Order: sequence, then structure tokens, then C-alpha cells
Amino acid sequence: MGLALMALIWLITLASTYFFVAKTWWLPVGAAEAAHFIDGQLALTFVLMGIVFLAAQLSLGYIVWKYRQTPSSPPVLYSHGNTKLEIVWTVLTTVLFIGLNLMGSRVWASQRFDSAGPGAVQVEVTGMQFAWYFRYPGPDGKYGATSPKLMDPSAGGEAAVGLNTSDPAAKDDVVTGTMYLPVDREVDVSLRAVDVIHSFFVPSLRFKQDAVPGLNIHMHFKPTAIGEYEIACAELCGLGHYKMHGMVHVVSQPDFDQWLAAREAEKQ
Amino acid sequence: MWSASRISTSGWRHGRRKNNNMATAATVHSHAPQGFIRKYIFSLDHKVIGIQYFFLALTAVWVGMFLSLLMRIHLVWPNAVLPLVGEIKPENYLSLLTMHGTIMVFFVLTTAPQGGFGNYFLPIQIGAPDMAFPVLNMLSFWTTFVAFVTIIAAFFVSGGAPLHGWTGYAPLSALPSAGPGEGLGADLWITSIAIFCVASLMGALNFITTTLDLRAKGMTLMRMPLTVWSWFITAILGLLAFGVLLSAGILLLMDRNLGTSFYVPLVVVNGVQLGHKGGSPLLWQHLFWFFGHPEVYIAILPGMGVASQVLSTFSRKPIFGYKAMVYAMLAIGFLGFMVWGHHMFMSGMSPYSAFAFSILTMCIGVPSAIKTFNWLGTMWRGHIRFQTPMLYAIGFVSLFVSGGLSGPFLAQPVLDIQLHDTYFVVGHFHLIMGVAAIFGMFAATYYWVPKMFGRMMNETWGRVHFFITLAGTYAIFMPMHYLGIAGGTRRYSQYTEVAYLQKLMPIHQFMTYAAIITIAAQFIFVINLFWSIFKGPKASDNPWEATTLEWTTTTPPPHDNFGGVTPVVHHGPYEYGVPGAARDYVMQTDPQTSAGH
Repeated sequence: MGLALMALIWLITLASTYFFVAKTWWLPVGAAEAAHFIDGQLALTFVLMGIVFLAAQLSLGYIVWKYRQTPSSPPVLYSHGNTKLEIVWTVLTTVLFIGLNLMGSRVWASQRFDSAGPGAVQVEVTGMQFAWYFRYPGPDGKYGATSPKLMDPSAGGEAAVGLNTSDPAAKDDVVTGTMYLPVDREVDVSLRAVDVIHSFFVPSLRFKQDAVPGLNIHMHFKPTAIGEYEIACAELCGLGHYKMHGMVHVVSQPDFDQWLAAREAEKQ
Repeated sequence: MWSASRISTSGWRHGRRKNNNMATAATVHSHAPQGFIRKYIFSLDHKVIGIQYFFLALTAVWVGMFLSLLMRIHLVWPNAVLPLVGEIKPENYLSLLTMHGTIMVFFVLTTAPQGGFGNYFLPIQIGAPDMAFPVLNMLSFWTTFVAFVTIIAAFFVSGGAPLHGWTGYAPLSALPSAGPGEGLGADLWITSIAIFCVASLMGALNFITTTLDLRAKGMTLMRMPLTVWSWFITAILGLLAFGVLLSAGILLLMDRNLGTSFYVPLVVVNGVQLGHKGGSPLLWQHLFWFFGHPEVYIAILPGMGVASQVLSTFSRKPIFGYKAMVYAMLAIGFLGFMVWGHHMFMSGMSPYSAFAFSILTMCIGVPSAIKTFNWLGTMWRGHIRFQTPMLYAIGFVSLFVSGGLSGPFLAQPVLDIQLHDTYFVVGHFHLIMGVAAIFGMFAATYYWVPKMFGRMMNETWGRVHFFITLAGTYAIFMPMHYLGIAGGTRRYSQYTEVAYLQKLMPIHQFMTYAAIITIAAQFIFVINLFWSIFKGPKASDNPWEATTLEWTTTTPPPHDNFGGVTPVVHHGPYEYGVPGAARDYVMQTDPQTSAGH
């Protein structure tokens, strides 16, 4: 019985570890500035926790086999514990856990505490059941006013986000269903939701933030590779949650300018 | 006529007597009620109530497990038309996950370990004739029962069960127009939880009072079995946490029905501006997780207690670091109230507070690591006996390690950017608070059923059940981590609408096959349980050669637990392998003259 149990625990442990090491399923290739650090921190955490995982599980398996009761077992060790060992164990774990934590805080902090640089592209992301809308402030650099009374999700576009077209600042606002971003330029994103909580998750850009009704959340990030990246809503928002899907197109700066100009032209 | 006054008076008198150091057995003895209803239905006997809780949880776990089976089937075969159930639509899937989570967390993980085994064994393990407040005890069970009926009713009302998940995030949970099931179904859901909170508060008061006041002579705090410590600390957590959830639930009901705006700001649903304004969706999250995180420990602490008890008994060795185990549980309970914000790193909560929550969350890993170390230390150089309770306790340790080690990933806000709300989280909490806690319950069931029902369970089938369940649960929940790392979002009824998610379907298929096999294996358990209760070989008073007080009394224990005799405790709870002792264990009530301390 001890042998069978050891075999099973070891088998589970090694099989589980294999898929982490082989990276059979892993993060998508990172396409944003933060990816390098996040992926590194994830890998480091995997290595450290992996060592603890292997050590604990393999020794668990070994101990249950080694100390199984047999007619020839030596007498049990009558011991109520070992304070020195407890202290060593506690200190080691504390240092490991707290250390990891402090290391990981930098990128988290910079995305949230620092505001976006002056040259950043402004985009407002609005989540609603079950679509994402993206608003660009246009040449004036100012978002026009929106009003809940004007919101009409069935009409889509500007009407969906309730854009008040009589506001002068709204005249050049561009509202789209697909997000376009220029590569290698910071994006100053403000997140809003009109009905329930949604979460703007772009795995390739290593970006996730809830969009909360009543809040306007500012974040920034920098895409670093041209490509098309999928948005998946990451906060349960109702029956269409699984299809609240969108696309981010990261393009060159000229392509971006051209695209935006075309949208402005359509508007006029 | 109720025998409440008699039992409770004797309980209190017993408590006082302990303080006076005067023991006259006759006053403790009370007669068992005779009529069927008072004996089995509205019983005041903590043992009967414990069994009632146990069977309520057993019913609930089958319901919850059946819902999870439907979810797994829908994920892989979305168009399947199932007998009796029909076709599962995306909104049905969300109702299934909401009800699965709620039923499992409240009516299984909270009900069985504490209400079931705690009720039955806490008084016996401290040498008391009953709980401090038997009537309150009966009320807390029947209130829990009403809560269960209420939540099940949500399936049958117009619109069906709610789809907002067990966490019920507002505004989705607060707005009847936000989706199917958010009408009467959601009202029943939150009403059920509120009723459950009341029941748990009554239970918590009873457990705390009983532990503090009704301990037998010699049963000092540091001689209490670790199971008692775990139930005691769980009760304190329950007392502090359920009151908050109850208040939060009442506010949610008001938002839903009275037009208040605690959780709902100005919102527009389907183009209609609703009458709410100024509320905070994050307030619900703070209140919910202030309960929700301690709830995780409410689910797992009793499992830790049982694992400790069983590992020591079946290794024939004292528990390694008894005091460290007690302090670790106290630390977990204490820190457990200061980490709720780690569920909210992506919520828009102040990023400054994320630092504090993150560091404190890492700190809670330390006592958890101490416990693991001490469990390994307990088995080290012992004489391990592989009866089924022990297999489950070993499985508990393995799952606790696996589920625990994904914690330091999720505790880092920067990694939550990728992992939050993915299957990585689902894998993490299922391993640690779901499966590990359930392994604790399995260990407890195989360990204590002989005492509760007087019959031994079948060992062979117990082992078969264990091996399939351990391999099966790992096969279900370990792949969830791979899924999550690859960005696999949770609470998606289909992975068809997003291209990168479609590529992850093979993992879902594997997990569904594993789930079907594992769920099938649970029939082995339930057949073994019922067959053994009626037909199993008779159990002796102390079949495991264990040391704590429940093994000093007859099997099953008499109405007043010790047949009119008040136990007097002379030893710590885990005196195994004592050098110079006549046998390899010294029971807590053995006279002082034998070796050990």
C-alpha cells in the first residue's frame, strides 16, 4: 500500500511538473512593454514554487513508503517536535514569500501610479452587455460629453456610448468597435462600463483591468509588436459573457494616422 | 415535551462543576427522548444534529456535483440534449456555475466539517454531555435546512436560477433586468444566503461557548485535540464573517427590491436608464470578500484538524509541533481577515491598498507552510498504517501543498494581470478549499463512521475509492492551471467565440473525461457508506487504537455521551509510542501512573 501510494503521488507530481516545464500550454507571446517583466516574474515564481512542490510531494511519497508499519519497523520516534526546525522553516518561508512579492511590485505600480507620458495615445474603452466600444478624442485631444439618457446600445457606435453630439468637443470624437493602436507608443486608456462590471483582458498585451460602472479608471501600457490581438471579457457580465470579444490592431504609426483620418472623414 | 431545559441545565451545571473540581456523575445523566420526532427530527442531541448536518451536506454535495457534471458536459458537447435536463443554453450554464458554487461553499464545505463532524465530536472530545445550547443547536440546523430548501427553490421559479456567480458581483446581482435568473431566482439566492448566515451565527456562538465552558476536568486548552482547536477557531471566524455577509445580503435585497443604491451607481441596462445613482459596486466586493476570504479558512481549517488527528493516530506518533499547529491555525484565522483585497487586484480598488493586501497574503502562506512541515514531521519515523482514513489524510496533505503553492502566484498583483479570472484561479481554489477540504471530510467519514453508526466501513472499497478519487481530482484540477496560464478565462459557457480559446479545448475535453470517471467513483463511496451503516461489521469502542475522548466511550456513544460518568483528562491528545507504556498509545483519560504527559 505504501509503495502504491508513493508511486501515485510521484506520478502525479512528475506529470504535473512536466507540462509546466515543457510549456505545452503557456502565455501567448508578449506584445507589450510589461510582458518582459511579467513573464520573468511568472517564470521565477514557477521555479521557486516548483522546487517547493517537488520537494514536498516527493518527500511525502517517500515518507509514507519508508515509514510504513512492518513487523520489523524500529520503534517510533517519540517526539513532540523541534522548535529550532520550526523557526528555520518559518524564517525561510517568510523570506521567500515576502521577497517574491516585493520584487513583483514595480510593474504593477508603474502601470497604476504613474500617469501616462505626454505623447500617449488616448483611448476610452467602454464595456456594455456584450460589446466593447473604443473612443478616440480626435484632433482636439478632448473627449466630448456623454449622457446616459442618450445611450442606445442597439444603434451601436456613438449612440451606444451616449455621445452628446451637440457638444463641440464631441464633433471630432471617433467611436469604433475595434481598437487600433500605434506600435511603440504609450496608450492612455480610460475604462468605463455602463451596465455591469466587465473586464478588459488582452492576454498578448499582458493587460487586464475591470471596467466598473460609476468609475473611470486610468491605466497605461505600451504595445511593442505589430499584430492583431484578441480581447476577452474577464468578468462575468451576463449570458453573453463568453462572446464579449473584441480585437486590438497594433499597427505602425503611419497606418494608425491613416486609419484615424479615415474615421474622421467618415464622420464629416 | 422538550427536554431542552434538562439537557442544557445539566450542561451548565457540568461546566460549573468543572470549576469547583467536584464531580458527581449522576447529575450529568439525562434520559434520551423516546418519541420518533423528538429523537430523530427535532432532536436536541448534538449527535443527532451532527448526523442531520452530515446527511444534509451529503445531499447537497450530490446536487453540487451533478451541476458540475452538467457544466463539464456542456463545455465539451454544447449541443447535447440530455435526458431529463434537455439542452443547456449559455445562460443555463451560468446558472449551473452559480448554484454549484453557492451550494458547495455554503451547504457542503461549511456545513459538513463544522455542522456535521464538529457538532457530533466537539462535545465528546472535550468530555461534555452536549452543546452549551441544545435548542439553539437544533434551531441552527433547521435554519440551515430552510436555507437549503430556499436555494433549491431558485431552480423552479420563473426565470430560473441566477447567473451572477457565487460571488454575486453587483450591479449584475442587483439588477433584475441584467439577465435571466436575476429576478425571483436571484432574490431566493440572496435570501437563502442570508438565512444561512443566521444559522451559522447561532452555530458559531454555540461552538465557542461549548469549547470555553464545558471542557471536562483536566481538558486544558493545550490538551484539546487539534480537531477541537480547528472547530473552535472556525467558529470564531464564522461569528465575525457571517454577520458581515448577512448585512451585505440585506443591503443587496434592498437594492433589488426597495430602490436603494448601496451597490448600484447610475447605470443603463439595454438602453434603459435605471433609477439608481451613487452606489459603489466595489462596496459589495469589499463586504463579500471580507466574509469570503475567512470563509475559505472556515472550509479548510476543520480539514486541517482532522488531517492532524488522523495522521498522528495512524502514524502511531505524537503530532509534530502541537503548539506550532495551534499557533499556526490562530495565525491563519487572524490573518485571514486581513487579506480579502487580494480578490480585488483588478477591480479598480486603490492600488496602494493592493500592496498591503499582497504582503499580508504572502504572510498567510507561512503558517500554512508550517502546518505542512509538521504533518510530514508527524509521519517521519512513525509506524504508518494505511487504513482508509489515513489514505485520505495523506491525500489531504498532497492536495493542500498543490493547491497552496499556486497561492503565491495569485498573491502577486503583477501576476494577477494575467491570471485573475482565469482557470488558474479555479484550479487553485478547487484544489485547496474544494478537494483538500473534501478529502478532510472523507478522512473524517472513514475515521468516525464506526463511532457514529457502530459499524466499520469496507476497507477494500475505501481504498479503491481513494485511489480513483486522488488521481481523478488531480486530473480534473491540475490542467486548469495550464488553461489559466494560456489565458483561459473562467465562467465562459463556450470557448468557441474567441480564437485563442478554441485552441485550449483539448484541455477541457480531458478534464471532462476525468470528471466523469471521478464522479462515477463517488458511487463507490456512497454505497459503501450506506451498506456499512446497516450491514458492516460491528465496530469496537476504539477500533483505531486512538487516544481522544470519543474512543473512551461506547460505540455509538450513549445519549449523554459518557453514560453518566464524567471523564477526567490526564494526558495530551496524541500520546503514541510512549516509551515504557504498556501499549503503543496512552488515552487522554488513562490514569496518571502510566508513562507520558
